[in-house]
Amino acid sequence: MTKIEAIIQPSKFEAVKEGLQEIGVDGMTVTDVRGHGRQKGHTEVYRGREYTVDLVPKVKIEMVVPDELVEKAINAILNSAKTGKIGDGKIFLSRIDDAIRIRNDERGQSAL
Amino acid sequence: MAMTVMSRRGALLRTFLALVILTGVLTTAATAQVTSPAAQDRLAKLEKDVAQAQSAGDNAWMLTSSALVLLMTGPGLALFYGGLVRKKNVLGTMMHSFALMAIVTVLWAIIGYSLCFASGTNFIGGLGHVFLRGVGGAPDADYAATIPQQTYMVFQLMFAIITPALITGAFAERMKFSAMALFMVLWSIIVYDPMAHMVWGKGGLLNASLGGRFPTLDFAGGTVVHITSGVSALVCALYLGKRLGYPKEPILPHSVVLSFIGACLLWVGWFGFNAGSALAAGSLATSAFVATHFAAAAAVVGWGLAEWLRNGKPSALGAISGAVAGLVAITPASGFVGPMSALVIGLIAGIVCYLMVAKVKAAFGYDDSLDAFGVHGAGGTIGALLTGVFAASVVNPVFKDSAGNPTAVGLIEGNAHQVLNQLVGVVIAWGLAIVGTLVILKVVDIVIGLRVAPEHEVQGLDLSQHGEEGYNLEY
Repeated sequence: MTKIEAIIQPSKFEAVKEGLQEIGVDGMTVTDVRGHGRQKGHTEVYRGREYTVDLVPKVKIEMVVPDELVEKAINAILNSAKTGKIGDGKIFLSRIDDAIRIRNDERGQSAL
Repeated sequence: MAMTVMSRRGALLRTFLALVILTGVLTTAATAQVTSPAAQDRLAKLEKDVAQAQSAGDNAWMLTSSALVLLMTGPGLALFYGGLVRKKNVLGTMMHSFALMAIVTVLWAIIGYSLCFASGTNFIGGLGHVFLRGVGGAPDADYAATIPQQTYMVFQLMFAIITPALITGAFAERMKFSAMALFMVLWSIIVYDPMAHMVWGKGGLLNASLGGRFPTLDFAGGTVVHITSGVSALVCALYLGKRLGYPKEPILPHSVVLSFIGACLLWVGWFGFNAGSALAAGSLATSAFVATHFAAAAAVVGWGLAEWLRNGKPSALGAISGAVAGLVAITPASGFVGPMSALVIGLIAGIVCYLMVAKVKAAFGYDDSLDAFGVHGAGGTIGALLTGVFAASVVNPVFKDSAGNPTAVGLIEGNAHQVLNQLVGVVIAWGLAIVGTLVILKVVDIVIGLRVAPEHEVQGLDLSQHGEEGYNLEY
């Protein structure tokens, strides 16, 4: 089981969600986050002073998928989220030790 | 020959006399019909009805105005200031305004009204109206002859409430609530009441309508409300010191949306503030209403253009601040100047107050958090002086010669001296505010301490002073 963490542009979220659902990824956790990589923020002016706002709004999608589905999921995300410009985001993968369904105590891949 | 002339003259005389008598009889007969007891009764009743209608119209407007001015504090100013602070301080900031609505009212009822408006000295009122003794349904003709004195009292109360509330903008996000409450009680008595008495009270040194020695034209409170509060605000900002992290860290408004709503409520409420200061529902109220609105509009244009030129974009916060600056500046002038002058006053105030908050504040480095001095202190001073320039007898014949004819009021009309009188009022307001506020700050600092502890400032006033959070949006 692999955890896929994708940080994407907020405007691409609907497309990414649909793309993932099409390939069979049912469960995901979505958070509104702020951050930056190489993308610069913007300047605001308040009472004559300029302020640089470094952090940019993004959306983080977390999902745990069976290993067989990982490459398909990554491609689905890349196809929907890419614009080719700085600020598109990143995908991180990590190993998951176990998964448990709270409703019926099911464990392992069938809990996904 | 002499006999013929005499008899002709006699005949003429007799005819003349007959005509006179006949006219007299006919006139008396006619007059007797009009001044019969029944007709006299009807005339008297008619005059009473007209006076009552006038009174009813005036009182309705004055009560409405009082409500409008209270609306300016709550929620107008509460929202305007509340939106400009960080989320963790929103309730604390609103509580400043709201607590004053309560505290100042109680103080007013006990002693405030008396110190402002009872007969006393040139500088402060007496104790004749303590506990509102003598303040009832009958008008006080010196102040407002067609409305109950109680209406006048409650109208003035709303001014006494908003004035200290304006100061809270200077020490936002770092003042102890207990210290603020004590400070405001003392400030109301030591600074506001004397200033209000001098400008508006019987025997006041600066009272233009009741024969003050230095008649300062202040229609709705440019000196009494805006200069005193704005300058006191500066003193507070300097005494308390800067907020932690200012100016290096960006301390940005958490909701310009709230401030926007507050500013609009202030604009509309200001019609009660200025037009209500006509103390009647006649054409002077209309004139003040129009001048108020025009000045606000011109100031939005002034501030907006200045900001657009300097920063490349006109901000929403700048636009609403511009409106407030224009409204402040027109406050002393509103019942004395015409609409075109109001446009000019507003335009000047918009530009100058923009420079005050965008350049002067940064240059001097003081942390007047919500620009109480930049807008109210500066705007009030500009407005008070420009009143001496633009005031016109055709709008409000405030000065009359010994024959009762109106004479020139302001500089443009031909009375250069009035600007000097305005300056006297301005200087007294500045002086009273500075000295009074410094003394009070020192006393309160010694007795309870003014500023919250650094960890409480970081935690936020909502939690540290009130045990609450403004927003629990997760729930």
